[in-house]
Amino acid sequence: MKIGLFIPCFMNELYPEASMATYKLLEKLNFDVQYPTNQTCCGQPMANSGCAKDVKSLAVNFVNNFKKYDYIVAPSGSCVTMVKEHYAEFFEDDVNYNKVKTSIYEITEFLHDIIKPENLDFSNISFPHKVGLHNSCHGHRALGLGAPSELNIPYNSKLENILSLVPNIELVELNRRDECCGFGGTFCVTEDAVSTAMGKDRIQDHIDSNVEVMTGADMSCLMHLQGLINRENKKLEVLHIAQILLGKDI
Amino acid sequence: MASHPINATKYVANDERMHWHDKALWFVREKRDKAAHGIPEWEQLRSYASTIKTHTMNKMDFYLEEFEKNATAKGIKVHWAKDAVEHNEIVHKLLKEKSVKKLVKSKSMLTEECHLNPYLEARGIEVIDTDLGERIVQLRNEPPSHIVLPAIHLKKMDVSDTFHEHLGTEKGNDDPTYLTRAARASLREDFLTAEAGLTGVNFAIAETGGVVVCTNEGNADMGASLPKLHIASMGMEKIIPRLQDLGVFTRLLARSATGQAITSYTSHFHQPVEGGEMHIIIVDNKRAEFLANEKYRQALNCIRCGACMNTCPVYRRSGGHSYEHVIPGPIGSTIAAFKEPEKHSSLPFACTLCGSCTNVCPAKIDLDSQLYNHRQDLAEAGHLPKSKMLSMKIMTYLFERPKLLDFAGFMARKVVPKLPNFLIYNKFNVWGKTRDIPEFPEHSFKELYEKMKKEEREENDK
Repeated sequence: MKIGLFIPCFMNELYPEASMATYKLLEKLNFDVQYPTNQTCCGQPMANSGCAKDVKSLAVNFVNNFKKYDYIVAPSGSCVTMVKEHYAEFFEDDVNYNKVKTSIYEITEFLHDIIKPENLDFSNISFPHKVGLHNSCHGHRALGLGAPSELNIPYNSKLENILSLVPNIELVELNRRDECCGFGGTFCVTEDAVSTAMGKDRIQDHIDSNVEVMTGADMSCLMHLQGLINRENKKLEVLHIAQILLGKDI
Repeated sequence: MASHPINATKYVANDERMHWHDKALWFVREKRDKAAHGIPEWEQLRSYASTIKTHTMNKMDFYLEEFEKNATAKGIKVHWAKDAVEHNEIVHKLLKEKSVKKLVKSKSMLTEECHLNPYLEARGIEVIDTDLGERIVQLRNEPPSHIVLPAIHLKKMDVSDTFHEHLGTEKGNDDPTYLTRAARASLREDFLTAEAGLTGVNFAIAETGGVVVCTNEGNADMGASLPKLHIASMGMEKIIPRLQDLGVFTRLLARSATGQAITSYTSHFHQPVEGGEMHIIIVDNKRAEFLANEKYRQALNCIRCGACMNTCPVYRRSGGHSYEHVIPGPIGSTIAAFKEPEKHSSLPFACTLCGSCTNVCPAKIDLDSQLYNHRQDLAEAGHLPKSKMLSMKIMTYLFERPKLLDFAGFMARKVVPKLPNFLIYNKFNVWGKTRDIPEFPEHSFKELYEKMKKEEREENDK
């Protein structure tokens, strides 16, 4: 089985460790993992800013880079959502896009749905900390990584299901379990006051719940929150979920 | 373009009030959740509502004509208004015919949309809003900040001050019961002396030719029953086919709005009061344009419950007035951007695309998709700032060239960590106003990956 590793552009530049953790997690499962080096950006920042039409070239590049893989896996619910939900307008029933669309997964989703929890072994790691899960909206609501609190459907969280396999981890319940952190792509600069207020509230919820480590499946949300935490010297660690699953400790 | 961010920044600056507003609305959202989760068939109900609305929108002309026929047969006079001006003219004509000096009005977002109050006041008619929240904002000469909770931006001391000034209540007495009693006594006088009552319409039933009004205060019933003239104003999308469809919506409406099982009053008006007249004005005011537009048509499914506002993390922290539109929040943003894109171009961007609004919507309106689509349409129509368009084009240019992108990243990782703070944190770095920038690593993932692969190849070659 060949897996194409899709690393969001900003993670490639700024978060090599979380990116490498994703690679290693898949490698440990004995997959042939390849990182197509011509990949750049899925186009989401521009599309969410109203310039979806301009990113057709990026969508075409993406599909060309990834069409040959059995699975495409990425450490970002948001970027996966872009490819799955917003590329259709560029490809009219294109066989390659249809293949890409149906074989792309966020890393936790891949572990949960394709590998399945019963086949995962985390017995050699330990994470003895209180962990708060930040459900990023695109992963949570668009990709369906968890049951959104608004809907009257049975509770489920793929991220919690996977995280709870890690020995000694203590998952903490937050007051608002799926409130947006206020990152929102360019929203974080065009509406910086509201974005900051939302981010601070999200952090406060973790602190009020005695969380030691905040984690999630989207580094973009976490980058925004980490920026606020660092500025205010708050006592809260931030790790991408792939880092915890690979055994990183704080 | 930048109006929402500017207004929101002012609202957020008062941290205590912003958080109070956020918590008040989150409380309503939680009550809504409890009510929605208390009904096993909740998601099924939402699907029914969406299906009924979609069906009705597709046969709008048929149902409106059926409604007119059945209403007329019950002695109700039906009028058609193509826009706000026509609506206001019809109301004025009806009031003038009966020499009405005072009109009592119950909650109607449509008359807000048509700016009926100033229109009538300029023509010498006194208009009294009788919904408590509406009355408060009317006395303060402010627009409502929420469609169900019009005065949610105010604290009880604000109301106390307003009532002291206009109704003569004790200064500083902010006891809610005391203030409500004062409003009630004053409104009672208005109900008894008004010559006409105007109500909104929650649902108009084609099959019966009657209209249904949902309130918690009973003020619509007073206004429609005491004076001899009752005018009901409705947007044409309020039509539903059958009486049996009504149950789907009444079960959804109050639960979505406030978490109540049902509004205190669900009043059916099917004929004029004895010896009186009843008129229904059916208003288009660009609704037909929505109907003709596949991307935004579902906005007409709205039953005005306000749930999308209560759940919206941006609305909760920026307040209803920051939208500068009669209907704020997610549904207001899509309506405003559709009707007047240039004026309201900042609204589809006052959103993180979190999707919570779409999930709470009892009629399953695709709100976050609509706001995403508006962004594309605004860019296409040239309503976005040139600087934003340019920066997006530069980013796309860079992302189309992997080697150039690698070089830019490489340079940034080398240069940024060595820069003095004043070059990183200045007015051009909006991100850095409240946030630290990420620590720049020594190598990109790609560099590490290529190094690792090279070592693997060398290992294999040995």
